[in-house]
Amino acid sequence: MDGNRRDFLKLAGLTAVGAAGVSSIKPTEAQASTDSHAETSAEGVRLAMVIDLRKFSKGDALIDRCVEACHREHNVPDFKDDPKNEVKWIWSDDFETAFHSQEFHFIREDLKGKPTLLLCNHCDNPPCTRVCPTQATWKRDEDGIVMMDWHRCIGCRYCIVACPYGSRSFNWKDPRPAIDNITAEYPTRMRGVVEKCTFCEERLARGLEPACVEVCDNDEIVFGDLNDPNSKVRQLLAERMAIRRKAGLGTQPEVYYIIDDPRTLQETAPAAVVEVTEGGDHA
Amino acid sequence: MLEKALAGNRTYWTWIAFLLVVIGAGGVCWFWQITTGLTITGMSRDVVWGFYIAQFTFLVGVAASAVMVVLPYYLHNYKAFGKMTILGEFLAIAAVIMCMSFIFVDMGRPDRIMNVFLHPTLHSMMFWDTVALSGYLVLNILISRVSLSCERRGEAPPKWIKPIIILSIPWAVSIHTVTAFLYSGLAARPFWMTAILAPRFLASAFAAGPALLILLALIVRKLTNFDPGKEAIQKLAEIVTYAMLLNVFFVAMEVFTALYSDIPEHVHHFQFLYLGLEGNNTLAPWMWLSLVLAVVALVILVNPVTRRAETTLVVGCVAVFGSLWIDKGLGMVIAGFVPSPLGKVTQYVPTLPELTISAAIYAGGLLIVTALYKIALEVRGQMKTQ
Amino acid sequence: MYDAGKIIVGLVVFVILATSPLWLNALMGGSPEAPELQLPTNGSTECVESTEYMRAEHMDLLNQWRDDVVRKGTRDYVSTTSGKVYDMSLSKTCMDCHSNKAEFCDACHTYTAVSPYCWDCHVEPKGAN
Repeated sequence: MDGNRRDFLKLAGLTAVGAAGVSSIKPTEAQASTDSHAETSAEGVRLAMVIDLRKFSKGDALIDRCVEACHREHNVPDFKDDPKNEVKWIWSDDFETAFHSQEFHFIREDLKGKPTLLLCNHCDNPPCTRVCPTQATWKRDEDGIVMMDWHRCIGCRYCIVACPYGSRSFNWKDPRPAIDNITAEYPTRMRGVVEKCTFCEERLARGLEPACVEVCDNDEIVFGDLNDPNSKVRQLLAERMAIRRKAGLGTQPEVYYIIDDPRTLQETAPAAVVEVTEGGDHA
Repeated sequence: MLEKALAGNRTYWTWIAFLLVVIGAGGVCWFWQITTGLTITGMSRDVVWGFYIAQFTFLVGVAASAVMVVLPYYLHNYKAFGKMTILGEFLAIAAVIMCMSFIFVDMGRPDRIMNVFLHPTLHSMMFWDTVALSGYLVLNILISRVSLSCERRGEAPPKWIKPIIILSIPWAVSIHTVTAFLYSGLAARPFWMTAILAPRFLASAFAAGPALLILLALIVRKLTNFDPGKEAIQKLAEIVTYAMLLNVFFVAMEVFTALYSDIPEHVHHFQFLYLGLEGNNTLAPWMWLSLVLAVVALVILVNPVTRRAETTLVVGCVAVFGSLWIDKGLGMVIAGFVPSPLGKVTQYVPTLPELTISAAIYAGGLLIVTALYKIALEVRGQMKTQ
Repeated sequence: MYDAGKIIVGLVVFVILATSPLWLNALMGGSPEAPELQLPTNGSTECVESTEYMRAEHMDLLNQWRDDVVRKGTRDYVSTTSGKVYDMSLSKTCMDCHSNKAEFCDACHTYTAVSPYCWDCHVEPKGAN
């Protein structure tokens, strides 16, 4: 009796495991949309952002307006005095920090301490999507946006570890209490998932510009399609000197920073020239 | 056979009760964590992996170390390890379960853990780590179960178990390699992006694991009639010695590459670890302690006289385990995040709830080891009659 | 059978506990009332699909919408009943009419002891409709 009962239980257990296993084998999703090595294709759209640093200066209210527009639109929580739980999609830091791997010692006057907007670079070769174990973050084929699926994210934070730019934030606790005015048309997130800028894909779907771009009135941030040779972003990149953060890592970030001398604005937009004082303020 | 773990003397049950109390305390803290969020830990926006993942990384090594007993015995017929293999396999089971537990408590949404299996992602090392660890657990449960139940019946194990045992050898190496791959392929983290990370993980695993195994075997010998044999202990001690030498050599290689090249991105992490950065030097005393323990360990273990004398051997093994636990379980993971990709220095100190949950997982692992060892010893009729 | 006394007693206790919802309900008399749903008061009489379909399938429909919007980037839903095109959105489409979560959504969910996690993130409109 002893042996038979054991064998029966073994068989029953194996059957249960087998049945569960068979029913959970689902065809994997089309790998095309998760291919993290897709090159910039000639067809389709490749979205990018150009931040014209000539048009930003210390004490500029525009920075705050960009951050506020984004964070308000997307219900990003404000943990004011709680840096441990900080969540941010876009923020600013000074130029030397944004490009700290350049190890600047001497730098052009206007760039010293210049506030530089930082956000997800929506890389063309993103390391974050490469490491995500559930494809909760992936690169969209149709426009190159590195997207988030907050329903699928398991909160392992591997993508945060893999991001060379510190673009991603984790919800260490429930964000809702820290959101002052909830925008009802956009969801909040729950505790335990990672979030970041999504290039306002929900606004793009409605034919609108990203929120941070919308509050700019003088092309301080320009947004567009790199695959369109006539787009503003392409024009700017053809005419001006632009750099990207940690480009040497091969991530192909698609947020460009124009670092030309502001005096070149004389040629294109005299009204927007930022004063560069001779031997002036030090950072 | 499991019922053998339910019969024990006073010492046994006192020990079990103590473990259950620790597990209970951790359970309460974990309940708080899953309702409030991981904010109750010391982690923050810049240091997103902390004590939990560091323990997981260390314990994968302990789990892999079973191979150091299995390989000589099964591949090279080294009979002296005959009594030890089951202890190594049982330790591996407990270690893997602890690894999985540490990952589980570290997840932001543990309720979604099935997503890893429902949406397999072949380009993610974390997916492969899940596969490798799950497979290793199944292998060890199968191998130990079959070996022990055959031993109980006085039969030779079935032929089909041999290839499975052989499979567990490269599999053991692979679990720690893939765990190293979690870290060593990240362009964002220059501290970890080194080819020597996987070899270093394996070397430290093959030192710390067998060291723990020696200590466990000696404890069991003290409490029961079990005797692994002097030769088995000594051979394991030799393995620990060579593995520790290799590990220290690898660490020295890392230090040289970083400091001689003088590239800030590499230097800063070592500076943070051993000297502190911008006033943040929480880990520095620990790292120097790890270094001292490593030297003490090697002095004892390299010298055959002190290695053979069991009192000094025990000190050596404790020093090895302690040194490597600090190195992997405290230093390695945290230092990858300080400084951050933007060059910022953030303090990380595990909180009390975080440590309580971790203690509970360790207690759970010890509980599994206790129960399984008890079963093995009962089967062998080697429990002391008291 | 070994330990027959303990086993049989244990089995009886288990069966009593496991069937307790059934005999407890019978004892306390009557079945609880079916939930009353408050229908939209904004004049709308047509949902995305028929009532029978929505009753049975709204969970799968919303999951489908979730995957379409988030993972495929498509937002237009064509109703199989009316052919009308809707924006796939819980907050903006569904709750535009069914804006009283407590008296519509929660009524059935509480009755059936289901707690979907939609509203952990998706914002329910303020004010009853």
